Amino acid sequence: MIITEQKDINEIYELIKPYNKILIAGCDGCCQPPRSLNEAKVLGQLLELKARTEGKKLQWKAITVLRQCDDRIAATTCRPYVEDYEAILTLACGLGVVMMNKVLDNIMTFPAQNSQFGGVQNSGENFYIEYCEACGDCIIGETGGICPRAGCAKHLSNGPCGGMVDGMCEVGGYTIPCAWVEIWKRLKKFNRLDLFKKYRGPRDFRGSTSPGYKPIYKEYTNEEEKKEEEKE
Amino acid sequence: MAKRPAFSNLCKAIESGKFVITGELEPKKILDLSEILHGAEEMKKTGKIVAANVTDGPQGDAYMSSLVPSYMVQEKVGLEAVWQVTVRDRNRVALFGDVIAGAVLGLKNILVLTGDHTALGDHKRGRPVYDIDSTQFCEMLSIMIDKGTDYEGNEIVGGKIEMNFGCVANPNSNPREPEILKVGRKVEQGIDFIQTQTAFDIDEAKDFLKDLEQFNVPVLLGIFPLKSYGIAWYFDNYIPGVSVPKDLLKALKKAEKDNKGDKKGKYAALDKINIEFFEPFIKEIKKSTKAAGIHCMAVEYERLFGPLLKDY
Repeated sequence: MIITEQKDINEIYELIKPYNKILIAGCDGCCQPPRSLNEAKVLGQLLELKARTEGKKLQWKAITVLRQCDDRIAATTCRPYVEDYEAILTLACGLGVVMMNKVLDNIMTFPAQNSQFGGVQNSGENFYIEYCEACGDCIIGETGGICPRAGCAKHLSNGPCGGMVDGMCEVGGYTIPCAWVEIWKRLKKFNRLDLFKKYRGPRDFRGSTSPGYKPIYKEYTNEEEKKEEEKE
Repeated sequence: MAKRPAFSNLCKAIESGKFVITGELEPKKILDLSEILHGAEEMKKTGKIVAANVTDGPQGDAYMSSLVPSYMVQEKVGLEAVWQVTVRDRNRVALFGDVIAGAVLGLKNILVLTGDHTALGDHKRGRPVYDIDSTQFCEMLSIMIDKGTDYEGNEIVGGKIEMNFGCVANPNSNPREPEILKVGRKVEQGIDFIQTQTAFDIDEAKDFLKDLEQFNVPVLLGIFPLKSYGIAWYFDNYIPGVSVPKDLLKALKKAEKDNKGDKKGKYAALDKINIEFFEPFIKEIKKSTKAAGIHCMAVEYERLFGPLLKDY
């Protein structure tokens, strides 16, 4: 899921300040913590109050979309409202904001969230944690299923560093476990310290160069086959 | 891999079997290098210090780059520099560029460090780089020095890089095994020496040095003489993994309190405490371990070197 954090209310207000009628769209997709209809309503009420303090009357409507990053769902859900409103404020992650701007190209969509990372919540724990940063060059087969790129503040391929104290990381005030100590513990448990000792060479960043682009379907043409036939 | 020749005075001294002492200089937010050069001169005057480390943005703070002060210390004072380079602020392209620039300036030693995270420093909003990690930087340096190419195999023209390089190890590391295994990876990548983070606990330090013996690489154990109670307190609280013995902290506090207003008396009392603690410490390390020497991080505390090192 995509972990997000709501922007400061003043920042959101500045974004929508030029408009008097806005549509506030929650997202029922993977956005966490939940940013759905209720959250959209609460945000609308806050913005209305904020506008009132400035002597302005803000009209708003809250809706929610099943998944804003899906172009068809985003378009069919929002199109009926577009004509009645001047701008859209969305509670989705960055993917949702971009997709809404793309499919609803007669109206501007603004973000109410800062997207932070792709993460998970372990049951019973009151925090989200980043386990994978989609780097395009997966090495967790060698690190006991724990990713040092997502889990280590310095993204080290050969850790731990000198900032580890009693198994905890210097970044975040020694509250987050050092990924490399966790890797060491796990590999030791399975008697696979050979993997820990292994030197890992420099990372190839070509796999994670922005913007990410990957064709979904490979087009099939029989031209190459024809050429080979001609050769024969 | 064949052993790399000793290019630097530091490595030559280690090879000769001498018990080696290195010092440390810390260029901060300065435009004037006179204090750094003065410190280097004081170190040189003692005649005991082979080389001085020049730090590269310690604790993640934005300080003067270590390249120029390293060069100036060598050029103006004639004391060899151990040029500290972290992988925090430069990607592999910039690191390569800096290393060949350093080689042209006649620098002979590099100390490879990961570098404290920017989140700890005075530019907390900054983006740290960590394109390659310190172990990979060791590999890159081995390739540059031994093969005469860059990391991707493109030839460096116009001569050979004559440098030695080392890495750091942390005697305070807990758990210790991953730290030792990590040092092992760096040894595989061709380091010439190890300088350690500061140690205060003699038994722990001896134990750590014993663990490092398997690698057969010269180790300089780090010590940190405490110039004032304030620095000791800061060190105890803010430097990852280092704790200053409580008795030492108390003694320093008392010395400062007893000599309030009397600068000379205070200095004498502080020096006495440091000498009483570190003199037997160094002796014990020399006597009962295979350490190649001591890395004495007496930053801006050069006056201690004379009395502390009188027997070396």
